[in-house]
Amino acid sequence: MSLTPPWPTIRKARWPGGVTPNVVDYDAARAAFTWEAARRDLDGLPGGRGLNMAHEAVDRHATGLHGERVAVCWLRRSGEVDTCTYRELAEATDRFANVLRSLGVGRGDAVFTLLGRVPELHVAVLGTLKNTSVVCPLFPAFGPEPVRQRLAIGDGRVLVTTPDLYRRRVAPVRHALPRLEHVLLVGGDGVAGPEGGLDLAEAMATAPGTFTIPPTDPEDAALLHFTSGSTGTPKGALHVHDAVVAHHATGRTALDLHDGDVFWCTADPGWVTGLSYGVIAPLTHGVTCVVDEGEFEAQRWYRVLGEAGVSVWYTAPTALRLLMRAGPDLAAAHDLSTLRFVASVGEPLNPEVVSWGQDVLGVPVHDTWWQTETGAIMIANLAGCDIRPGSMGRPLPGVEAAVLARGAAGRAAVRHGRVRVVDRPGVEGELALRPGWPSMFRGYVGDDAGYAASFAGGWYLTGDVVRHDEDGWLWFVGRADDVITSAGHLIGPFEVESALMAHEAVVEAGVIGVPDPVAGEVVKAFVTLAPGHEPTDDLRLDLLGFARARLGPAVAPRLIAFDQHLPRTRSGKILRRLLKARELGLPEGDLSTLDVPP
Amino acid sequence: MNPVEARALLARLLRRIAPEVDLATIDPAAPLQEAADLDSMDFLNLVAAVYEDTGIDIPERDYPSIASVDGFVARLAADQSPSASGPRSAEA
Repeated sequence: MSLTPPWPTIRKARWPGGVTPNVVDYDAARAAFTWEAARRDLDGLPGGRGLNMAHEAVDRHATGLHGERVAVCWLRRSGEVDTCTYRELAEATDRFANVLRSLGVGRGDAVFTLLGRVPELHVAVLGTLKNTSVVCPLFPAFGPEPVRQRLAIGDGRVLVTTPDLYRRRVAPVRHALPRLEHVLLVGGDGVAGPEGGLDLAEAMATAPGTFTIPPTDPEDAALLHFTSGSTGTPKGALHVHDAVVAHHATGRTALDLHDGDVFWCTADPGWVTGLSYGVIAPLTHGVTCVVDEGEFEAQRWYRVLGEAGVSVWYTAPTALRLLMRAGPDLAAAHDLSTLRFVASVGEPLNPEVVSWGQDVLGVPVHDTWWQTETGAIMIANLAGCDIRPGSMGRPLPGVEAAVLARGAAGRAAVRHGRVRVVDRPGVEGELALRPGWPSMFRGYVGDDAGYAASFAGGWYLTGDVVRHDEDGWLWFVGRADDVITSAGHLIGPFEVESALMAHEAVVEAGVIGVPDPVAGEVVKAFVTLAPGHEPTDDLRLDLLGFARARLGPAVAPRLIAFDQHLPRTRSGKILRRLLKARELGLPEGDLSTLDVPP
Repeated sequence: MNPVEARALLARLLRRIAPEVDLATIDPAAPLQEAADLDSMDFLNLVAAVYEDTGIDIPERDYPSIASVDGFVARLAADQSPSASGPRSAEA
């Protein structure tokens, strides 16, 4: 295998906007970095009462001149623009925390959000953190079933949502959520609300406008983010307030945030990126965040970049590929001169997009890598360093990464509790990280065994297969398991299979990701029909609609095929890897455990 | 294409992309993506299906104009593009 990357390295001949990046000498920055020093960049709660994310993100910027700076600028779907200064955000989040307190919601209680990108989302997230309750954001494109599962696993006591989302996503499953006590409604319409319903605006108007954050231990639970595995139900990864140390540090190193920046993170706050980098990290730097309520639309996005004067942009490969497809003329019609740094996350960034950025946006795109469990960016191409297009980048200061030799199942081989680090460049292995960074997850809710299984030989095992080159740059190869990445979202095949199998016509389903030029992968389901059902187009559409209504468009399959002979192991498990190999016309590999009619 | 045909086209294409949607229950003035629970990929698939079915190529800059049922119907009913029904007749 050739180790020479096919695309030439992009060298930085100048610093866009004349701003010197925060990290220019990578080796020196790594050598000088300690998490203890990074922690000192934060204030801590007054009086030595601990460390609270919301204090670092909001309250410490809320007084004096900085308090009058715009913290968040919301571009509403209607075309209106709402802004909120740091001082105003501090007051609104104080009120929200008081609302929670008045409901008897306290430390460690789970507060879920199911909201679009509206101002109340930031207020609810940060107000919940102030109250030392735990925030769990849900993606509004989830259907009722994913919403129910996550609320049940996370033991949600409070849900913040809109009447419309409640009606569509929650009402059908509310009977199965006995622990959900309070539903705080945004934009309540006065119509008879759900059980435990409360109009948020009314409640906030009567709540006191000041709130003192209680003592917060850095190890107190703060954020709960759900992610998907190959098997079983979604996993709730729990993060603590100390994670803000990593949010802040990586905002500086990986996103190159500088004082006065206008920052736009396009990820929905229902996902870990949208919360960590759409809410917390930029606010800890005191910059202005742009939030667009609308859905992706090429012309609108260019207008946002230009008119809002975005200087740092964190987005996703799918969106960038859609912009590429829309053609350079659309970009040329907008003034993108304020744009200084562009980064991407969610799925591997193909080199064509990196150089397209250089040509069309005026700056190249920097790939970054992390996952729900890591809580913050771990590996990145940096603003002040070369880019190797197609590479994930190098471990950030404070992060130790390794490539581990793999065993038969595709994951890192563990013998007597030990693993083997691959030193030779070009050899594929499982990416592993040395625990100790502050935003590492502290557990999967209700799944201690799953958490324990995520570590071996003193490493956190990521489930991603990578290789490294001679200079330590990491190159993504694929997932070691069956998890699907579509438009930057991780999708667990089991969740999709279970939903399809709830249909009377389906006895079995195998779900895989198939390559897609825009979304990276799209979800494809192979279903085996029960006797008496014919594989008609009408049934296929019925299944498609059935899955979409339960799972929502973000998780549901886009393609459904009938297959009465799904490949399975002798123990009866469906071999998704073989389904995928067949679909892609790849070699089918070791079939020794396979049991399939010839 | 008249407005009745345009609405029938939308119903037919939605059935392929999001069969669970009942066009009759959708507020024709509301944002279609939100009202019908379509994500960005669904919306792009809809635009692609319009082209495959009718030959009408809706450029990116016109996407906002078809963002509601009313908008979609008006845009397609007004379409004068000479390529209309192109791919179909090419196949025929």
